[in-house]
Amino acid sequence: MPNYRIHKTEYIDETKRISFKYDGKTYFGYEGDTLASALLSNGIHLVGRSFKYHRPRGIVSCGAEEPNAICQIGSKKDVTEPNVRATELELYEGLEASSQNCWPNVKFDIGGINNFISPLIPAGFYYKTFMWPKSFWKKVYEPLIRLSAGLGKSPTEPDPDIYDHKYVHYDVLVIGGGVSGIIAAKMAAKNNLKTLLVDDKKILGGSTIYQNNESIKIDDKLSSEWLKNEIQEIKKLSNLTIKTRTSIAAYHGYNFLLAKENLTDHLPEEKKKNKIRQRLWKIRAKKVVIATGSIERPLVFNNNDRPGILLSNSINKYLDYYGVTCGENIILFTNNDSAYETSISLHKKGIKNIIVDLRKSASSELIKQAESLGIKIYFNHVVTNTFGYRKINSLEIMKLSEDGNTTVGNKIRLSCDCLGMSGGWTPMVHMHTQSGGKLDFRDEDQVFLPKENSEDQISVGSCNGDFDLENIIDKTVNKINKFLDIDNQDYQDTNIICSKENDKRNIWLLPNKIPLGKTKCFIDFQNDSTAKDIKLALKEGFRSIEHVKRYTTTGMATDQGKLSNMHALGIIADTAGVKMGTLGTTTFRPPFTPLTFGTLVGRNVGKFFEVVRKTSMHEWHVENNAEFENVGQWKRPWYYPKNGENMHDAVQRESKAARDSAGILDASTLGKIDIQGTDASEFLNRVYTNAWSKLAIGKCRYGLMLNEDGMVYDDGVTTRISENHYLMTTTTGGAANVLSKLEDYLQTEWPELDVYLTSVTDHYSTASICGPNSKKILNKLFPNLDLSDENFPHMSFKEDKLKNINCRIMRISFTGELSYEINIESKYGHSLWKMCIEAGKEFNLTPYGTETMHLLRAEKGFIIVGQDTDGTMTPSDLQMDWIVSKKKYDFIGKRSLYRSDTIREDRKQLVGLLTDDPKEILEEGAQIVSDVKSKPIDMLGHVTSSYFSPNLNKSIALAVVRSGKTMKGQKLIIPMENKNINVTVSDTIFLDKENKRLNA
Amino acid sequence: MFLINCPFCGERDQSEFSSGGEAHIVRPKQPTELSDDEWAEYLFMRKNIKGIQFERWNHVHGCRKWFNVVRDTSNDKILSVYKMGEKPPVNYK
Ligand SMILES: [Zn+2]
Repeated sequence: MPNYRIHKTEYIDETKRISFKYDGKTYFGYEGDTLASALLSNGIHLVGRSFKYHRPRGIVSCGAEEPNAICQIGSKKDVTEPNVRATELELYEGLEASSQNCWPNVKFDIGGINNFISPLIPAGFYYKTFMWPKSFWKKVYEPLIRLSAGLGKSPTEPDPDIYDHKYVHYDVLVIGGGVSGIIAAKMAAKNNLKTLLVDDKKILGGSTIYQNNESIKIDDKLSSEWLKNEIQEIKKLSNLTIKTRTSIAAYHGYNFLLAKENLTDHLPEEKKKNKIRQRLWKIRAKKVVIATGSIERPLVFNNNDRPGILLSNSINKYLDYYGVTCGENIILFTNNDSAYETSISLHKKGIKNIIVDLRKSASSELIKQAESLGIKIYFNHVVTNTFGYRKINSLEIMKLSEDGNTTVGNKIRLSCDCLGMSGGWTPMVHMHTQSGGKLDFRDEDQVFLPKENSEDQISVGSCNGDFDLENIIDKTVNKINKFLDIDNQDYQDTNIICSKENDKRNIWLLPNKIPLGKTKCFIDFQNDSTAKDIKLALKEGFRSIEHVKRYTTTGMATDQGKLSNMHALGIIADTAGVKMGTLGTTTFRPPFTPLTFGTLVGRNVGKFFEVVRKTSMHEWHVENNAEFENVGQWKRPWYYPKNGENMHDAVQRESKAARDSAGILDASTLGKIDIQGTDASEFLNRVYTNAWSKLAIGKCRYGLMLNEDGMVYDDGVTTRISENHYLMTTTTGGAANVLSKLEDYLQTEWPELDVYLTSVTDHYSTASICGPNSKKILNKLFPNLDLSDENFPHMSFKEDKLKNINCRIMRISFTGELSYEINIESKYGHSLWKMCIEAGKEFNLTPYGTETMHLLRAEKGFIIVGQDTDGTMTPSDLQMDWIVSKKKYDFIGKRSLYRSDTIREDRKQLVGLLTDDPKEILEEGAQIVSDVKSKPIDMLGHVTSSYFSPNLNKSIALAVVRSGKTMKGQKLIIPMENKNINVTVSDTIFLDKENKRLNA
Repeated sequence: MFLINCPFCGERDQSEFSSGGEAHIVRPKQPTELSDDEWAEYLFMRKNIKGIQFERWNHVHGCRKWFNVVRDTSNDKILSVYKMGEKPPVNYK
């Protein structure tokens, strides 16, 4: 096996050999390697296939910007992760990775054929081609695109790993541990500011840490040596926290940032177990220093995407940091000085290399150094083509014309096994823009720079467009002193020597004699879009960068166009003949690099996923086989199946028992609001539609609450406990909102009212007993209480003791039966329930759930807010005009009840429906029409509630129907998938219209 | 995620609050006197300003108090916070 690791570095521990699998084959690397550096040390460049054309692709970079080396990690059903960049993944024993985009395999694949039919795959290809027929989408196009696009696989079983969240507060957060970040962190921490420094790499130091060029020195030391000292020093600072392997995912307003810390991803399989895998840090910082550096730009020329073509600076890092050379015969293609550092480094390690430079000439210290080492430089030349299928093996260069718009002279063919490209540097302004910062464009070197406009954040170092070391250090020190309002003198006498670059020569799309349509000049490697696609989009009329981006998919892959956005903009600007600065950029959205769902969710999985509220009686329901229904956060018994009953049978039995003898319901979840104060009656007058002033103490009243727009909002029974004390009940789901709304009116509209509201939903448990035998059961429980209709009539309230414990008993009914609600302090709720059940045994007291409750109330035509109403129903629409006071001057929503729209006769109104076939049960939500023949069919309304009533032995339904009030007796049709159901409009009350049962 | 300085509790995370829309819309004292259009003006019409906006917030997961906020909606900066019933700061228009 070839070995491209050619020298030792302090970052690679050659005593610790690590074996790993890549695409099923075993390889070796060392501790300190990333998957990418280990692959390169084994001579592997080819790591995947491109998205559209399935061209062979190789490792391009050494960091987060990597577009090609995207891997699927692991293959277990519960632990496998797609979209991992091999350039960031630290190697560990037992790592199994596979290239993501290469079905069926990386060396030979079917999609490769797209490369040869590529003229057929222009910009907007997916929009244009996969449009019709529509039925093809689900079965043909989508699976095909997914299969060949290499979007990676999701795990199919729950993630067994542990994730964590942590909230922290700092005076200063420094993002990025390169030279400027380290200086900023040191200055802040030494000035007694609580400081956090985060860096996504394993060690601090950025790109300076492996810098070894003699022409760049700080205080007479190599810059890397100097920086190592600085790192040693900051590690001693007590109020500085350093988090490595931690990357900022999002920068939100008010300096709220999310960071992902990798804790076990670099550990061998057996050491990962039972440890927190990743932690999401939720950081609030008073001030934020952004020192995220810059990334090198590729160059856009024909066939610039072959394996073996990397960013020049990445070649340098693989060499000086990992000890790995990317080739043995390297060509560096550049428009600026930084490739010369790579060249000199390579030369020092004995790697043959030559330079192709777009510039006509240049003469910095670095260039002189390269020239004196005898490195061959082709100035004023451009690469026009590359060759080699699975890896580059040669290329062609030509001379540039005077204006740089075309090539002249003869082609020169040069052989090579690796090409480094350097198109200059792009400051990483993602954090700045995510925070809401704007950008300026600097014409000299064509970069977008942070526009400083906030006292809470600042960008320093190369992310601020300062590229040479002297500039970086001087400016960082000055800016940090000013930003933090401190006077740090640590770097006053620091002596920096570095090579000064003269101009670079920026050409976004390099010239070529071959027409653009016949070239493959890639801009976005991950999404496979080319310069031709951008030009085509412009030709087809797209102008906005946001539109061009979406049409060509440039910058829309998981790398979010870190390498491609600038070139796309540049080519648009050149083609459209506008200044690049005026185009603006696309929006940089969080996360900066992909996040796992596990990290986002943290500990809120399984039973911690959502808060669950249970009543005091919950255990009894569980023991008695209840099926539960979620109502808001509450778990409510739905029905209690007996002896293998299905839901229908259970509900029929429960409903019948409740009307024939007695039923019991856990009503504890109903919202309860305690209302006190001398103006409590007046307050109720204003919030309910009916009158409250005359409600006697000890009496209960049903109330309907509207929104200011006149639509029904909530309902419930309120009891007057004493002169200035009421207990209001609300719907289970509406409790919190009703309280908020009432508080709103009290605090903002009627602060003069003396009223206090307290939520007491959880304070009381409620057992509701109904049915003809309920009085007898109550009598057993409360033998001293006079239950006669004279003493304790319907809609009244008594207090009594159950074994010395106070109970509030309301005689109110939601079923139409004689009915009592017993309220007791929640801690006694379970005992109360059991005592009720015990007392009710001889009367076949049957526990029933929400489904039976809904059925029973529907028989009586009682509405459920939220089921029979949907925020567009007035009391009149519900045929409940009786509850709206004509006398009251005002209440919430009153004025809206006679707006032109609310008095329309043809509003949807609540009606009853009876099916012609009494056994036919309608579907809730089903549409209602009067005529199925004329098209389009005029829809009159829909079914809101529907049940089979065991007490009436027929199907009943409630519905909202246009002009329904006037339609009693009319025939309507419910068209279903395979039949039309005939129904007749009826009254909404199906049972006991005379309310005889209430006093049975 | 804003930091909101509740006038009763101090600075808290936005997740503790709920927004109540535009402030200083007074409920008419005599709704019955209003025409449909006048009532609709109160009921439906909101300014939705890009720039300095007066709005109501409720510390719903805290002290449950409603209060007013002056916020620049173009950059989400909260410029001032004051209690219900207090006069809005005059230096913002
Ligand atoms: Zn508060």
